[in-house]
Amino acid sequence: MAPKRRKDDERATSLEHLLAAKEIAVVCGSGGVGKTTTAAAAAAMAAASLGGKVLVVTVDPARRLANALGLEGFGNKEKPVPPDAFKQAGVQPRGELWAAMLDTKESWDALIHMHAPDKETAKRILDNPLYQNVSGRFVQSHDYIAMERLYEIHTSGDYDLIVVDTPPTRNAIDFLEAPEHMADFFSSRFLRWLTAPARSRVINFASRPFYQVADRILGTQFLQDISEFFMNFQTMYDGFVERARAVDRLLHDRRTTFIVVSTLEHVPVREAEFFIEALDERKFHLGALVLNKVLPSYFRDEGATKVAERLCSDSPEVAHAAESLIANPDKAAPVLREVGESFLNFQVVAKREQEQRNELAKLPEVVATVPYFDSDIYDMGGLLDLGFQIWGRRD
Amino acid sequence: MARDLLDHKLLFVTGKGGVGKSTVAAALALLASQRGKRTLACEIDAKGNLSDFFESGPTDYEPREVQPNLYAMSMDTEASLQEYLRLQMRLPAIARIGPLARAFEFVATAAPGVREILTVGKPVWEVREGHYDLVVVDAVATGHIVSQLAAPQSINELVHVGLIRQQTGWLIDILGKKETTGLVIVTTPEEMPVNETIELAGRVEDETDVALKGIVVNRVLPELFGRGEEEVFEELRQPAAVGALDDSLGSPVEPVFEAARLAVTMRRTRAGHLDRLRTSIDSSIPLLYVPYLFMRAHGFRTTRQVAEALSAELSY
Repeated sequence: MAPKRRKDDERATSLEHLLAAKEIAVVCGSGGVGKTTTAAAAAAMAAASLGGKVLVVTVDPARRLANALGLEGFGNKEKPVPPDAFKQAGVQPRGELWAAMLDTKESWDALIHMHAPDKETAKRILDNPLYQNVSGRFVQSHDYIAMERLYEIHTSGDYDLIVVDTPPTRNAIDFLEAPEHMADFFSSRFLRWLTAPARSRVINFASRPFYQVADRILGTQFLQDISEFFMNFQTMYDGFVERARAVDRLLHDRRTTFIVVSTLEHVPVREAEFFIEALDERKFHLGALVLNKVLPSYFRDEGATKVAERLCSDSPEVAHAAESLIANPDKAAPVLREVGESFLNFQVVAKREQEQRNELAKLPEVVATVPYFDSDIYDMGGLLDLGFQIWGRRD
Repeated sequence: MARDLLDHKLLFVTGKGGVGKSTVAAALALLASQRGKRTLACEIDAKGNLSDFFESGPTDYEPREVQPNLYAMSMDTEASLQEYLRLQMRLPAIARIGPLARAFEFVATAAPGVREILTVGKPVWEVREGHYDLVVVDAVATGHIVSQLAAPQSINELVHVGLIRQQTGWLIDILGKKETTGLVIVTTPEEMPVNETIELAGRVEDETDVALKGIVVNRVLPELFGRGEEEVFEELRQPAAVGALDDSLGSPVEPVFEAARLAVTMRRTRAGHLDRLRTSIDSSIPLLYVPYLFMRAHGFRTTRQVAEALSAELSY
C-alpha cells in the first residue's frame, strides 16, 4: 500500500519528506505557540513545492491569517486560496492550496442531518432548546467535531494532503480521545436509564441512586427535558458509534501523522513532552516537532558574548574607535553599553531555552527550529518564509 | 481605581494559553497575602500547575497554607460534589461515592453548566462564607471563561425547579456584585493575545454579570534606546564604523548589533499591539504592566518578581 521507497529514504528526515509521504498531518500543541500559523505555513509550503491539492483546516484563525491566504474570511466549506496570493510572493505553486475553518455549530447540524433517521427527527433535535447548549459543549464537542470533520473531508478523497490545526484544549490529549469518549457516551448505561420511557423504567438496584440524585439535583422537569432530547438523539446511536470508531481508525492509520508545535518556554515544553508521550502510548504516529520563536543561536556564541561584555565594561574606550565616524560622538559610548547589556539580557533567555531543548528526551525524527520572527506574518510571503524554515531542506 | 483591585473578595484571572495567566494569579494572591489579607489561591483549570508557582508541593482540594496568610487549593469536581451534597443539600457523607460519581459525570456531560456550577461554585461559596479576605481564582483560559462565568445563568434558564436551581441564586448574586467580584485578563503585547483580550472584554460585558476590573500586560520589553540614541546606533552600524569597532574589539561586533536590532524591532511590533489594546479597551479599565523578566528561574522567584511589579503598578 505504501509507495516503495529506497532503503535510505525510509525515514523522513525533514518535514518535506514527512508531508510528501502522508495524507493527514494533525498539528497540535499548547495555546500561544503559533500552532495555527505553523499549520498554514506547512500547508502553503506543501502546495507550493510538493504539488497536488492541499487543504489547511484551521480553528478560529486570526483575520490576518485569512488575509495572508488572500481570503476575505473562510468558513466550514473549503475555499481555494487564489493563485494571486502566491504570485505576489513571487512563487509559482506546483499545486493548489485550499482553506477551511471549523465551525462547530454548523458541523454539528450537518452531522445531525446525516445521522437522523428522517427529517422530522432531525428537526426535533435541532429545535430542542437543549441542543444549542449541548452542541456547543457536551462531550468535548469541539474536539470531536474537529476529528469528525477531518474524517469527512478525507473520505471525500478531494485532497492529497490535509493539514489540521487542533482546537485549544484544556488537556492536550482530549481530542485524541474524543472519538472514544463519544462512542462510550452513547453506549453508556446511564444514557439508557435516562432515555427509558418513564413508565417502563425498571428502577433496579443499580439505577436507583442515579435517579434519586439526578432528580434531586436537577429537578424532574429538567430531567425530562434531557431524556426527551436524548431519546431523539438515540435514534442516531448506531451511526454515531460507528462513525466515532471510523474516526479513531483514521487517526491511527499509517497515512496520518502528528506534528507537535511548541516554544522553548517552560510550560509549553512541559506540555509538548506530555503530548509526545501521550501519542506514543496511544500508538499514534509522531512525525515532527516544530520549535517556534526560538532566539537566534548567536546569543550563545562565545565570541559575541565577550564582545557584549567588553561593550558593557569598556564602552568609552571601544567607542573611541568609531567616534570620528558619527555625528554625535558623545552618545556612542552609552549606546554601545546599552547594546551590550541588551545582548546579555537576551542571552539569559536564550540559555534558558537551550536547557529546555536539552530536557526534551523523546524526540521524533524530524525536529525543526524556527527563529524568532521579529514581526507578524501578514501575507503569503511571510507564511512561505516560515514554511521554508520548517521545511528542513539543506540547499 | 487600580488600587482597589485587591479590595475585591473574588478575582477570576484568565488569559490566552502561554501568556502567564497562572504566574499573574499566583503573584496577585501573594501580593494580597503580603499586604495582610488572608488569601486563597484557587486553581480550577484541570491541567493547572499553580503549586509550581509557589514551589510548595502539590495542592489538592483541601486548602493548605503555602506562605504566611496565603492558602492554595486545586479544584476537584468529585470532591466538590461531595462537599456540595453534604453542605448544600444536607445529604449525609456518602461512603460509596464511586457509582454516584460516575452517574454525576454522566449528568455533567449531558447537562450543560452542571460541571461549571461546581467549579465556580466552590470559590464563590468560600467568599459567601467569609473564610478569606480575598479568593484569587486561576481560572480557565480565554476560550472557556465566558461559559464558566455564565453557567449559573444558563442553568437558571434551563432548570426551573430542583435543588440546583435554588443554588444558582446566590451564585449569580455574588458574581454580579461589582464591589465583590472582578475579572482580570492577562495578556502579552503580541497580536493574538491582544485580539483575544479585546474580544473577551466585549463578550464578558455582553454575556456575563461579572465586571472586568483590570488587564495585566505581561512581558513588556524595555525600551532599548533613549532619545536620539537609535540614530547613533544606525550610524554605528555603517560598514566603516563596524570595521573600526571590530578592530578595537578584536572580534566581530555584528552579532551583538544584530541582537540589538532584533530587540528594537520586537519592542516596536509589540508597542503597536499595545496601542491597539489601549484604544480598544474602555479607558476606565486599568492596564497593569509587568516587565519581561530576563532571568533563568521560573518558580517562586518569578512569582515574587511579578508580585513586586504589580505592587508598583498598583502604587502600593
